[in-house]
Amino acid sequence: MSMPFYVPPEQMMKEKADFARKGIARGRALIALQYINGIVLVAENPSNNLRKISEIYDRIAFAGVGKYNEFDQLRQMGVRAADLTGYQFSRADVEGRGLANQYAQIMGQAFTHESKPLEVEILIAEVGLTASADRLFHVTYDGTVVDESQSCILGGDTEAISARLLPTLDPNAELSVAVQKAAVALAGPDRSLTAEDLEVATLARGTERRCFVRVDEAQVALFLQA
Amino acid sequence: MSMPVFSAANDPGANFLELVRRVGLSPDMSQWSESLGVPHATTCVALRYSNGVLIAGDRRATSGNWISHRGMEKVVQTDRHSAVAISGAAGPAMEMIKLFALQLEHYEKMEGRSLSLEGKANQLSSMVRNNLPAAMQGMVVMPLFAGYDLLASQGRLWDYDATGGRYEEREYVAIGSGSMHAGTVVKVGWKSDLSASDAITLACRSLWEAADADSATGGPDALRGVYPIVATIDESGWNKVSDDTLATIFETIAQEVRSR
Repeated sequence: MSMPFYVPPEQMMKEKADFARKGIARGRALIALQYINGIVLVAENPSNNLRKISEIYDRIAFAGVGKYNEFDQLRQMGVRAADLTGYQFSRADVEGRGLANQYAQIMGQAFTHESKPLEVEILIAEVGLTASADRLFHVTYDGTVVDESQSCILGGDTEAISARLLPTLDPNAELSVAVQKAAVALAGPDRSLTAEDLEVATLARGTERRCFVRVDEAQVALFLQA
Repeated sequence: MSMPVFSAANDPGANFLELVRRVGLSPDMSQWSESLGVPHATTCVALRYSNGVLIAGDRRATSGNWISHRGMEKVVQTDRHSAVAISGAAGPAMEMIKLFALQLEHYEKMEGRSLSLEGKANQLSSMVRNNLPAAMQGMVVMPLFAGYDLLASQGRLWDYDATGGRYEEREYVAIGSGSMHAGTVVKVGWKSDLSASDAITLACRSLWEAADADSATGGPDALRGVYPIVATIDESGWNKVSDDTLATIFETIAQEVRSR
């Protein structure tokens, strides 16, 4: 009988983490930040059809970076769980925190038990009735949940991006200013991003039940000009 | 609730009804029967006007000779550009509308785009057909579907029979116990170039006459401030007529009746 090689757990975890991080760093980054009327999500995404940012529920958005098929599957699971909870109980019973915890379970499980961890990082953004009730839950490839405030950066090169973004943060900024700052932070000093390179959506506090709104390319272009 | 996980071959896709079935939340309709004496919802009308479609319904639900609800909302917005009105057994009907609206939203979120209006009308048809076992035992649900078709740039409306038969109407349609009276009023007053406000007045008149002649149809209830639900749907979407506006219209109708 052949014996499998013994691999110490530290080394196995480290290698899995390195593998996942490498996969995630290959993709382009995404920023979520508070602005005066809610939360805006800005992703560097040249595709107009394969979305990184989408709606989960009335006040909840999903964003993912890394392998598209993996985070899109997670997105679909989230929409299903949210719609079922809202159907079975009430729309008010669908919460970002619960979803983030379930994602953490699934991603943590995949990290320890599957032969290949998920090469994704996701964000569950929830807009509250007031700015202080806004929530940004960042779930990483190993199932770690981080409850971030004001802003959140997903993807590769986060340190450089956050060094550019954090000094400029202003939760009372207008939408156009917030989008501009995010675009500049994503681009870095050596290049600039145009509206075609960006995917932008907001969770806007307002009278509508569904707060998720996509910002179209023409509008983003206007924001970047200003 | 834990997140539902399906294998690729077994995935319900963007179908919310199938998802509800898979997780075991669907009701068993085979035991439902008319003898349970559940409330019934009554009269609704819909009509096309120059740049959209109007949908309206009274607020009464009855159980036999009892008025069981005075404020029932049987005209429901199902998404930005569509609405459903129902008559028939109130419980299954309201559940059907709720599921239908959820299905439209679920599809939109899963697929990243809305169903076409035709697709929505077909979806409702299959839901009515699935209700057939209950309908055979008297729990008939009769919906009416109206919406603005963004592809064809016009308002469209459909009614259904208990087997899910789907009939697109070109001018107007009325359903429920007061449908004969309401339908006749709309028939006499209908023109293809009705403005939105003319259409609203015509719908109010039709519900007034239905309430006047049919005991199961509720009229405007000025005492409690409960008025029928009247909404227009045009290119910009659903627009519900305010109770204040309706109060004025019904007051005008009442004055006309007094001076006859």
